[in-house]
Amino acid sequence: MNSPQLAILPERRGLLGRLADSLWRHPRLLLLLMLAPPVLWLGVIYLGSLVALLVQSFFSIDEFSGLINYEFTLKTYRELLIPANLDIIVRTVSMAAAVTLAAVIVAFPIAFYAARYARGKWKAAFYIGIMLPLWSSYLVKIYAWKLVLAREGILNWLFAKLHLTWLLDAYLSLPLIGGNSLSVSYTGTFLVFLYVWLPFMILPLQASLERVPGNLLEASADLGGSPGQTFRHVILPLALPGVIAGSIFTFSLTLGDYIIPQIIGSSRLFIGQAVYSHQGTAGNIPLAAAFAVVPIVIMGFYLWMAKRAGAFDAL
Amino acid sequence: MSIALQFAGVSRHYGAVKALDRVDLEVYEGEFFAMLGPSGSGKTTCLRLVAGFEQPTAGHIEIFGETAEGVPPFRRNVNTVFQDYALFPHLNVLDNVAYGLMIRGIGKAERYRSAEQALELVALPGLGKRRAGELSGGQRQRVALARALVNKPRVLLLDEPLGALDLKLREQMQEELKNLHQQLGITFIFVTHDQNEALSMSNRIALFNEGRIMQVGTPQQIYRQPNSRFVADFVGSSNVLPPDFVKRLCGESRWASLRPESIYLSRTDGHQADVVGASYLGGSTRLALEFGSLRVSLMLASGDPVPAVGERVFIRWKPEDLHLMEAGE
Repeated sequence: MNSPQLAILPERRGLLGRLADSLWRHPRLLLLLMLAPPVLWLGVIYLGSLVALLVQSFFSIDEFSGLINYEFTLKTYRELLIPANLDIIVRTVSMAAAVTLAAVIVAFPIAFYAARYARGKWKAAFYIGIMLPLWSSYLVKIYAWKLVLAREGILNWLFAKLHLTWLLDAYLSLPLIGGNSLSVSYTGTFLVFLYVWLPFMILPLQASLERVPGNLLEASADLGGSPGQTFRHVILPLALPGVIAGSIFTFSLTLGDYIIPQIIGSSRLFIGQAVYSHQGTAGNIPLAAAFAVVPIVIMGFYLWMAKRAGAFDAL
Repeated sequence: MSIALQFAGVSRHYGAVKALDRVDLEVYEGEFFAMLGPSGSGKTTCLRLVAGFEQPTAGHIEIFGETAEGVPPFRRNVNTVFQDYALFPHLNVLDNVAYGLMIRGIGKAERYRSAEQALELVALPGLGKRRAGELSGGQRQRVALARALVNKPRVLLLDEPLGALDLKLREQMQEELKNLHQQLGITFIFVTHDQNEALSMSNRIALFNEGRIMQVGTPQQIYRQPNSRFVADFVGSSNVLPPDFVKRLCGESRWASLRPESIYLSRTDGHQADVVGASYLGGSTRLALEFGSLRVSLMLASGDPVPAVGERVFIRWKPEDLHLMEAGE
């Protein structure tokens, strides 16, 4: 039989073929073409607006006329340091730190179970359980919590049924964390923040725990490490990148959020609410911008410390 | 000799899977004891029961006369060299070796001194500052060994420690492990699927198959007097002769094993066989012969004349080399 001989190096035909070939020969050109749109977007739209924000924060507002004075000054930043504004910053950062810490503590056992023990359908159940709350509207969840925590809510009812109303009342009478009811206390704000951001802690933590080989835990036990020592000296250091990744989410999301503290909690402001109110009716764009810079600076500082602590060494 | 380790009717079942089934075993103090067997034969399960990573489903385990069931691994004075070393990636070599001492609360200066000594013992001094990931396979192997030995265990467990090394390095480490064993005088329990490793290194061997121990004995006993077809087949390459065939050779109707190196060629008399193949192995040549209805192999020393394929030859062996086995299984 005489079959047609195939060319060893067949030439590609057509404009598209030649274009593909030339891109194959110039991989840098291909990379440039692929990166250009997102880099342009990030560079111009995102970073550009960030720079605009930063610039705004160095302007100031004329107290009498309410007009913006377009001269470079640190006056607005000084204004951040007056007690009322400093309170807002301290309150927000403390809340973000408390939420992050609690999220680590709550997420660790869940992530550990999912990473080390859950198999097959239990693993699927874990993912659905973690992701499902993310699929429903943020606002719906917050209002649901408001109903749960309100004085007429299910939690009060449960405490009453258990004859523990006195315990709840004693807790609510505590200064700072207490209040008229859970839904208007810092505790309520904290609980809702914790609930809403928890998946963002569990998922990176689970991913990092999954990468810890099981035989390292056996090796630690073999060398005399009790479960507690193994956790302290092996699991925690190896899961640290996951903890840091998760805490970046929970910390920065809490720092910037303005809806949860508005719906649940005392009427005292958080940074996000301050930004919202200053750039809205008050028209004090410079102060709003200065407030918006605070979380950026805090996150930058946080990442720098995490890097110094060696949290990214294992990446 | 006192008993370091005793298994009495020990089983480990995973549902219907019997990883280890009613095993009786004694290991003496100071022995180099090999657990040999194909993968899934239960040898690693056996080791994990000693380390405490697994608990027996039934039976009784004693380590130096003390009951081991229910005792967690961190309260056992045995240490393990893991198959893939299991070095801590977030610690440097010195901290890896000193881990067990750190856990016991020994001060920094003292534990680093001990760790450095342990690294010298395994011929790896001065690498303490490196990370485990920067070491070669052979070096990691030594670090894992030092990390176990620094705790001065009375029993050292080695789970296929040489499996991941290439041949040259493996042979070198075999020598070193033997020397270390002599030097330290502690009990080594060594899991391997490599019969040559088990034969060349250990004082005694337990041969595992399907969760049971098939035979326990010195390397010579295991090799020369296998008690079953499985042992004869697994250790070395043997000619296993069926009962009816053996009956014609020596009158007894039993399975028998005949090692290839026990058979020799004769010009004049013996049993007739036809050469069907020859493989040159460097140090020797293996002849494949058709002997009656059987295919047998025979080792020729290097330098001996090799008959051509198709040639008819005579084969002989000493009567005592035809080893009759107890069981057919």
